[in-house]
Amino acid sequence: MDMNEIKEIFFQECEEQLAELESGLLKLNDGDRDPETVNAVFRAVHSIKGGAGAFGLDDLVSFAHVFETTLDCVRSNRLEPNQDVLKVMLRSADVLADLTNAARDGGGGVDEARSRQLIKELEALANGELPQTATESAPKSAPAGVAPPAPAVNEEGFQPVAFSFDDFDTGDEPTIEPSTYEIVFKPKSDLYSKGNDATLLLRDLSRLGEMSIHCDMDTLPPLDRMNPEDAYFSWKISLKTDQGEEAIRSVFEFAEWDCELDVALAGGTVGMEEDLPMQPVPFDLSILEEEPQAPAGEQDRAATGEGTPRNAAVAAAQTASNVLQMAQSTARVSPENARNSQSASAAQAAAQQAASAATPTIRVDLDRVDRLINLVGELVINQAMLSQSVIENDTNGTSSINMGLEELQQLTREIQDSVMAIRAQPVKPVFQRMSRIVREIADMTGKSVRLITEGENTEVDKTVIDKLAEPLTHMIRNAVDHGLETPEKRVAAGKSPEGTVRLTAKHRSGRIVIELADDGAGINREKVRQKAIDNDLIAADANLSDEEVDNLIFHAGFSTADKISDISGRGVGMDVVKRSIQALGGRINISSKPRQGSIFTMSLPLTLAVLDGMVVTVANQTLVVPLTAIVETLQPEASAIHSFGSSQRLISIRDSFCPLVDVGRILNFRGAQANPVEGVALLVESEGGGQRALMVDAIQGQRQVVIKSLEANYTHVPGIAAATILGDGRVALILDVDAIVAASRGQSLKPEMSLAAAG
Amino acid sequence: MTNAAKHLTSGGRELIAFRVGDQEFCVNIMSVREIRGWTQATPMPHAPAYVLGVINLRGAVLPIVDFSARLGMKAAEPTVRHVIIVAQVKSRVVGLLVDAVSDILTVSDSDIQPTPDIASDFERSFARGVLAIAGRMICLVELDSVFPSEEREAA
Repeated sequence: MDMNEIKEIFFQECEEQLAELESGLLKLNDGDRDPETVNAVFRAVHSIKGGAGAFGLDDLVSFAHVFETTLDCVRSNRLEPNQDVLKVMLRSADVLADLTNAARDGGGGVDEARSRQLIKELEALANGELPQTATESAPKSAPAGVAPPAPAVNEEGFQPVAFSFDDFDTGDEPTIEPSTYEIVFKPKSDLYSKGNDATLLLRDLSRLGEMSIHCDMDTLPPLDRMNPEDAYFSWKISLKTDQGEEAIRSVFEFAEWDCELDVALAGGTVGMEEDLPMQPVPFDLSILEEEPQAPAGEQDRAATGEGTPRNAAVAAAQTASNVLQMAQSTARVSPENARNSQSASAAQAAAQQAASAATPTIRVDLDRVDRLINLVGELVINQAMLSQSVIENDTNGTSSINMGLEELQQLTREIQDSVMAIRAQPVKPVFQRMSRIVREIADMTGKSVRLITEGENTEVDKTVIDKLAEPLTHMIRNAVDHGLETPEKRVAAGKSPEGTVRLTAKHRSGRIVIELADDGAGINREKVRQKAIDNDLIAADANLSDEEVDNLIFHAGFSTADKISDISGRGVGMDVVKRSIQALGGRINISSKPRQGSIFTMSLPLTLAVLDGMVVTVANQTLVVPLTAIVETLQPEASAIHSFGSSQRLISIRDSFCPLVDVGRILNFRGAQANPVEGVALLVESEGGGQRALMVDAIQGQRQVVIKSLEANYTHVPGIAAATILGDGRVALILDVDAIVAASRGQSLKPEMSLAAAG
Repeated sequence: MTNAAKHLTSGGRELIAFRVGDQEFCVNIMSVREIRGWTQATPMPHAPAYVLGVINLRGAVLPIVDFSARLGMKAAEPTVRHVIIVAQVKSRVVGLLVDAVSDILTVSDSDIQPTPDIASDFERSFARGVLAIAGRMICLVELDSVFPSEEREAA
């Protein structure tokens, strides 16, 4: 494994840490004061700093360091994480993400002024309410971060120890002033022969407080004179604890007779480790992390306030392991930490984290997954072809071949589902990105916005997630920039000055539904209408329903913002959104109430690779209609068909009239109109509202089909969404219902011509 | 790919010759992926007349172009005796419906005569030259010109 690979892993883990950091900060922002949340945030920044130090990413290290120092103040209850503090921290998280990206991509893209400004703000926060000792420790460890990689890690390893982790777990109880003890611990060989282990003793000791260890190897004889059964090492330990000497001695209770132990109160207080040479400890302290779950008694002790120092010591030990290990194990470290830090107040959270940490994961190249998915797609087609030819050649019905085939069908279906599940990912990363966008726009527009996300763990295909970010960004920008009012206007309207944007994801009938709701002013229909008339989108006297007016904002070149801002208003907003959602096979709807806000609802397929379709025949051609579009199917009777004007026909369905669309004619498969009575009508609902009855000749059945791109070798065909391969090995076209419906409104089947839709 | 192949064998190049109606054409062998028999294609709506439809080529959707109709000649009436030349054109793969594949030729650049001046603009646009082989005239076709990209990217 070369350095670049390790670096790649580091950056992948950085992404996870950044996500953890952001979600932790947001939790704090919501009033969560769980120490475990603060710890998680601190750990995230600390891990990034540690890794960055190992790779010599100085910018990242120095920023992370300042950030970490400030977080430490929060951790030790010296800084109250109020809204203002968290605002700075959230912005810092953004900058940290930028710095990480810049370090990975090797380019700029970092607003240096911004990061300098934030460093100042963070330092101000840290200094403002800090006792002198703690601020002192901060600059001290700064050079450690930017030092050359190898020593940096070792020093890094002890760095958290240098900070004073006050026991915030003790809550309001008066804290005993911690004092520093100098301990000299020299085991005799008897200690080892009795099955004791110096490492374990040191680990127990580390739970008492902050500890720095120096191993004295002076007595170690040359190899040829060394007795493997003998004990040569001794340790000088400087321990800062509030537990008193008694507690220290009790650690060595069972080893007392087999070692020389000297415990003395040291003169100095903090920063003791500076006097000790930071030479590598000869044994790998990282074995401490392999500690099994603490027995009940120890848990109780942890609950009384020792959880944090222990945790810190464990973290320190972990970071002390070598570069490679560290880069590889960061992902493992955080759940481990989570598990080890079971303070009583955080017991529940820790239990949850332990549960999620229990599932092992692997990283797989996406190409490999895609290849597997393609192959399974072929398998499904092949299986369908096979069963079709067996059915054609075998009339006996229940032969063993048929039974085997049925089993094969089930298996293929199962394989397909499982493979698809590999690609399924929670929408969380995208949602988290949105919270940053909301913050930035809120800053720019001077609005106060709160983003609430729900259903972040809703899973959907990776490709859908990747393509979701862009339209969602546009929509969020629009919601904040156009949707929400300024705080003054909000107060005047009797609303809270803080606007709320709610982003929700949920599964609904085999699709993912993403809802973006704001509690702003709603769509100003008069303004939209006027704008549409000005832009010649609609006639001045057009009679439009509210819904149709709302949908006008999806037209290209439409922006109702009075002034064009940086954020939105270049008129490339909502039409781009609509087009990208449609490209994903999704639909988008608006519902808006004046003064109450707007809700954008996007409905997207869970995967882009398969589709449940109804196989129909039109003019001797086989077509597939996406099942999601079909509301119902019916066999029209002659009495229900009414001619309307020269060429239009309507079908009456339960006393309402619905335009009849001849699919064969729109697709140019036949010249004359088909006789509706001989065919079947599919009642479809298209985005933008309105039902249409699509006329097809016959329904062949319902089938899950694998979507094949037409664009790869041919071109986009208006009215056709994609192609698929049916059981007989032939290509069938998948109907683009929305385009067909749009075409039936008198437009030609050209995507560019969709402007007149509402006219 | 085609360009690279052109210079691969300096002076000598291999071409696949095929028959459409009573004329013979040839294309660079490096752009040909495979040759297969005719299978019924699924017609595409709103497609130009020379696009016969799409077929399934081992899971990929392959458009089939009637080469004769593409060159403005009589549209083919595909039978089982017709063949499809599966060719790579830029990043896409297309199938050419031709009457038959007649030959594999190895020619040198000097054997290729420039396209005669009498041809119309349209013919000149895809013909890269003519070859005289054993009393036959074979027209060397540049597939990139037969399928101009802007035409496929429009709409």
